[in-house]
Amino acid sequence: MEENSEIKIDAQNVNVFYADKQAIDNVSLKVEKSKITALIGPSGCGKSTFLRCINRMNDVIPSCRVEGKILVDEIDVNNPELDPVFLRARVGMVFQKPNPFPKSIFDNIAYGPRIHGLTNSKSELDDIVKESLVRAGLWAEVSDRLFDQGTGLSGGQQQRLCIARAIAVNPEVILMDEPCSALDPIATAKIEELMMNLSQNYTIVIVTHSMQQAARISQKTAFFHLGQLIEMDTTDKIFTNPNNPKTQDYITGRFG
Amino acid sequence: MFLEELEKDMNNQNYEQAIRKSLKRRYAKEFRLKLYGVLAISFALSFLAIFLYTIFINGYTAIQQSQTLISVQLPSEKILNEDGELDIKKSRNFNWSGLVKKSFRSSFPEVNEQLENRNLSSLVSENAGYQLRLKVENGYFEIGSKVQAWIKTSDDVDMLMKGHMDRSSPEKNRRLSDQQIEWIDKLKEEGKLDLFFNSTFFTKADSREPESAGILGAAVGSAFALFITLMLALPLAVMSAIYLEYFAKPGKITDFIEVNINNLAAVPSIVFGLLGLAVFLGFFGMPRSVPLVGGMVLALMTLPTIIIATRASIRAVPTSIRDAALGLGASKMQTATDHILPLAAPGILTGTIIGMAQALGETAPLLMIGMVAFIVDVPDTITSPATALPVQIFMWSDSAERAFSERASLAIMVLLVFLISMNIAAVFLRKKYETKW
Repeated sequence: MEENSEIKIDAQNVNVFYADKQAIDNVSLKVEKSKITALIGPSGCGKSTFLRCINRMNDVIPSCRVEGKILVDEIDVNNPELDPVFLRARVGMVFQKPNPFPKSIFDNIAYGPRIHGLTNSKSELDDIVKESLVRAGLWAEVSDRLFDQGTGLSGGQQQRLCIARAIAVNPEVILMDEPCSALDPIATAKIEELMMNLSQNYTIVIVTHSMQQAARISQKTAFFHLGQLIEMDTTDKIFTNPNNPKTQDYITGRFG
Repeated sequence: MFLEELEKDMNNQNYEQAIRKSLKRRYAKEFRLKLYGVLAISFALSFLAIFLYTIFINGYTAIQQSQTLISVQLPSEKILNEDGELDIKKSRNFNWSGLVKKSFRSSFPEVNEQLENRNLSSLVSENAGYQLRLKVENGYFEIGSKVQAWIKTSDDVDMLMKGHMDRSSPEKNRRLSDQQIEWIDKLKEEGKLDLFFNSTFFTKADSREPESAGILGAAVGSAFALFITLMLALPLAVMSAIYLEYFAKPGKITDFIEVNINNLAAVPSIVFGLLGLAVFLGFFGMPRSVPLVGGMVLALMTLPTIIIATRASIRAVPTSIRDAALGLGASKMQTATDHILPLAAPGILTGTIIGMAQALGETAPLLMIGMVAFIVDVPDTITSPATALPVQIFMWSDSAERAFSERASLAIMVLLVFLISMNIAAVFLRKKYETKW
């Protein structure tokens, strides 16, 4: 089954340095298309850093240096000729803390399509906004107050708004950096359900601290420790019978 | 068992005592600190109160100006042309001042001697003739009629009326003689001398005579200069701040620029004046004493203030917003203009207003570029010679006449009103547009 699936992201020998400190040490991994891949590991193990390499969000950190190849659809993201702005339109991101723009719900979602010139008319834009909200499972809750401030929503709604905003640009990959860590269990459940629905159309890479979450939603899990990729396999295998004793220790709660 | 518990109890008691003792000490310390704070604040407030009180006491009387009532026979054919209409040219050549003085003297028919006549005439303002002429030319009085007109007295009479002159001091030390004071008292008794609202102060520019001097010229000069400052400093500062925050590659050059911007904010303002003198007047040959150059010099001075404020407010925008925009595929410029700047705007605005208030109160650099000139016309363009409010205050406080220092105090009050309203506007705008996350 694994051999048949299409590879969406192929990272080869990735090293990341913050000034002199090495944050990621020679990580190679493959992410399959239309699957959810979870990155787990203790705090500071480099999983968020790795995630941010995929859409070059580390560019904004001046001291950060990335080596190695990350191929998205066989194109290296670190290729100097590749415009990071273009890359980020194809590889969307959802952050740890819900970060809607302090604008209306409508404008939050319409911003991406607007800057990329994805629509020609107001009605097209309206359609995109509606569709994105429907897909993010937020339409029913906000359809009557699209022009209220996005920051006025509850935490879980804000995070779903951010997901809607990300999918409004119609990316191929969605990177999620601990999207539920600031949410309560009910909001978390909704987001998880949403992610599973989205994974039919999008490739999702999620960083999470919750091993239960990884087990619940992901098909593949990668375990990071101290900047190294210790083990990557199907989620079932990692949580039931990992090859590496470190993985075993982590998932059974002996450290981390 | 019992002994052990007793020992434990005692131990606990010791701990408790120790904590209680230290608590007392800590509270005493806290109280002392609070006391010092209250003392410092009351000190500062009392200085402020003394400052405001002094200015008010010295200046509030300038809101009024004494005028005297004369009955005057207005000329007719001397200022009319062949068609029987007012001839401005003739009117200008007419000796209004002489007429006013003669009419004023007619209230005192007993005064005949030349020297006494001169002393008496000196009680009316040198500009009273001009005042009457304007009233006639503006059709306030009918030409050729005999009218009762209130005209301005000299500043000495004004000072006496307001109680700023000591009657008990020896005659030699006074600017008015006993005789003159006697005349003034007589006029007052007859109801021919009174205090009126000093509208001249708010509608005219500077003058040699305190009773004809106003701050409108200086205020307009300041307004023109500030307008230039705003137009130059705000866009330059915002662009520099955006560049430094978003585009500049960290390194020695950026560090050097940063250090120098911070240094510039601390450079004495007179140095900016010298720079303006050398560069704008000397090298570019721009005109002297004009608000355009004044504004440019003030822009140089406020630039670092606004850059620093803008950078601070850009940094205060949470990075999550920047990440969100970049993560969606917005370019750096789009991120800055669509998200960061609107969110930083209240802070930028506040910084700008405070910088402007600083520029409004600045005197030294304007002295260097000649905005200290004596100018009697209200400027009508940014290239007409002008002075500025603080410079006007400086010039008036420097004058010998008591009436000018009174006007200087009133001008300080006007300047303070402007400054305080600008600062209140800054606070208000910040409160209103503050984004809540």
